[in-house]
Amino acid sequence: MSKRIEVNDLNVYYSSFLAVEGVSLTIEPRTVTAFIGPSGCGKSTFLRTLNRMHEVIPGARVEGEVLIDGNNLYGAGVDPVLVRRQVGMVFQRPNPFPTMSIGDNVLAGAKLNNKRMSKSEGDDLIEKSLRGANLWNEVKDRLHMPGSGLSGGQQQRLCIARAIAVNPEIILMDEPCSALDPISTLAIEDLIEEMKQEFTIVIVTHNMQQASRVSDRTAFFNIAGTGKPGKLIEYDDTTTMFSNPSVQATEDYVSGRFG
Amino acid sequence: MTTTVAAPAITAKERPGDRVFSTLTVVASSLILAVLAAVAIFLVAQSMPAFVAESDDFKGDATNFWSYVGPLVFGTVWSAALAMIFAVPLAIGVALFITHFAPRRIAQGLGYVVDLLAAVPSVVFGLWGIGVLAPALQPYYANLTEWFGWFPLFAGPVSGTGRTILTVAIVLAVMVLPIITAISREVFLQTPRLHEEAALALGATRWEMIRMAVLPFGRPGVISGAMLGLGRALGETMAVAMVLSPATIISFALVQSQNPTTIAANIALNFPEAHDVGVNILIATGLILFVITLGVNSIARYIVGRRKAFSGAN
Ligand SMILES: Nc1ncnc2c1ncn2[C@@H]1O[C@H](COP(=O)(O)OP(=O)(O)OP(=O)(O)O)[C@@H](O)[C@H]1O
Ligand SMILES: [Mg+2]
Repeated sequence: MSKRIEVNDLNVYYSSFLAVEGVSLTIEPRTVTAFIGPSGCGKSTFLRTLNRMHEVIPGARVEGEVLIDGNNLYGAGVDPVLVRRQVGMVFQRPNPFPTMSIGDNVLAGAKLNNKRMSKSEGDDLIEKSLRGANLWNEVKDRLHMPGSGLSGGQQQRLCIARAIAVNPEIILMDEPCSALDPISTLAIEDLIEEMKQEFTIVIVTHNMQQASRVSDRTAFFNIAGTGKPGKLIEYDDTTTMFSNPSVQATEDYVSGRFG
Repeated sequence: MTTTVAAPAITAKERPGDRVFSTLTVVASSLILAVLAAVAIFLVAQSMPAFVAESDDFKGDATNFWSYVGPLVFGTVWSAALAMIFAVPLAIGVALFITHFAPRRIAQGLGYVVDLLAAVPSVVFGLWGIGVLAPALQPYYANLTEWFGWFPLFAGPVSGTGRTILTVAIVLAVMVLPIITAISREVFLQTPRLHEEAALALGATRWEMIRMAVLPFGRPGVISGAMLGLGRALGETMAVAMVLSPATIISFALVQSQNPTTIAANIALNFPEAHDVGVNILIATGLILFVITLGVNSIARYIVGRRKAFSGAN
């Protein structure tokens, strides 16, 4: 079910501003890949091009290609709506729909594909997804309550459940733990470890320990200065990146000597 | 083992600015209450004679106050309800177009036009209703009765002038459209970007995103806007008085020449020549209008409050 992502020489622009330049990398199925790098180097920007979410921002556009199992996301006639059903996303701030119950939140995306889902099918999917997000035991008695009544960490896991309920192949996470306490963070890291069995996961993080704990491969992005485009500096196995990187800038960054 | 120490009461230091300001707010809010109470007392006191009036005090063939006010209440509620049926979906549509579909320049222009509509005095709408809308619609009304006359709403005989309750409802809808649109537009704009992106990232189309994130979030605001519009439609005097040729009937027919009139229009038409208990009767109908408006507002508040936990305010 999970798929391989291949990016070839990708440039991302906000109107005329080149934000990310010349990124090429390959992400294997059923792996966790971490994106690290200083603030403003274009990690979020690049991540959003993997499911065409950047198109939501007026003026944002890309050059180059992103292949998912060989199919170009940016090919003619590719519908971004369908791309996003294959490539799910979890955001930095937990964002369950406040007007929906916990159960409806889980089904929100799944119902788009399957409009006439029966009640029992829906209940099964809610349970499966919430179990998949390690949230079932905490919320099974209050599925009809508003999602905004959960703690931040629970809300984030609810968002993960909502994303996996759509049954995507790839899940993108943009700093999913940055608004959470250490315990919730660990819960989500464990979850990522389990989800790797089924999905290809790409995670942006500012937390070096997190990157080394959860990821198989790590990509380091950097910028030469303000107003300059962000570039992919080094991309390798996580253990190599943290113990023996081949670029000096990577070593400086992962060991905390940068700037 | 208990040692209770009397805690010294902590008092905040009083600053003259705070005191002036808090006095001002207290005075302002009591003033509102006082005015409201004065209006209510006036209405009730002046209405009393109407409830015990003799049958020959009433215009037309009403025998007591309730049979007099009945058709007026019906006309008021019916015309306002029709106006809302036209105005609310249109207002939501325009607001969504402005906030989520139109290119920025067109959206701004459209926003100004809608706001401008709100500034048009109701006499002008009345004139437009009589002079333009009614004659323009009359042929269509004739077709309606011809083709759909079997349906009670469009039963004939058709009005020859086009000055029917349907025309009034359309005029009222145009009058309340700006306020509902303006408020809906504001709340739609406030939909958190986070929730819009959440919907899009799940693979929602733009319309699905609006249904998932924008409309539920804006619902309480849209209801409040609709209630403001409804209040205006219920109380509108000039446009209705000018367009409608009134009769004291209760009838759902939309395009006949016999139409129920509204409380406010009835007061405006009859007040100049009313005397003695006739004045009290008109004031009593005003009291009824007051009660209707109050009732409608409480229902709206109830609807908005019922799903507070899901409002997104927490
Ligand atoms: N909506 C936007 N419009 C214009 N420029 C943008 C927009 N979003 C980001 N940028 C610019 O693109 C560059 C990359 O930003 P991006 O948000 O991708 O960085 P990031 O690596 O995710 O940073 P952080 O770690 O702080 O989240 C920055 O220079 C930023 O100013
Ligand atoms: Mg970012």
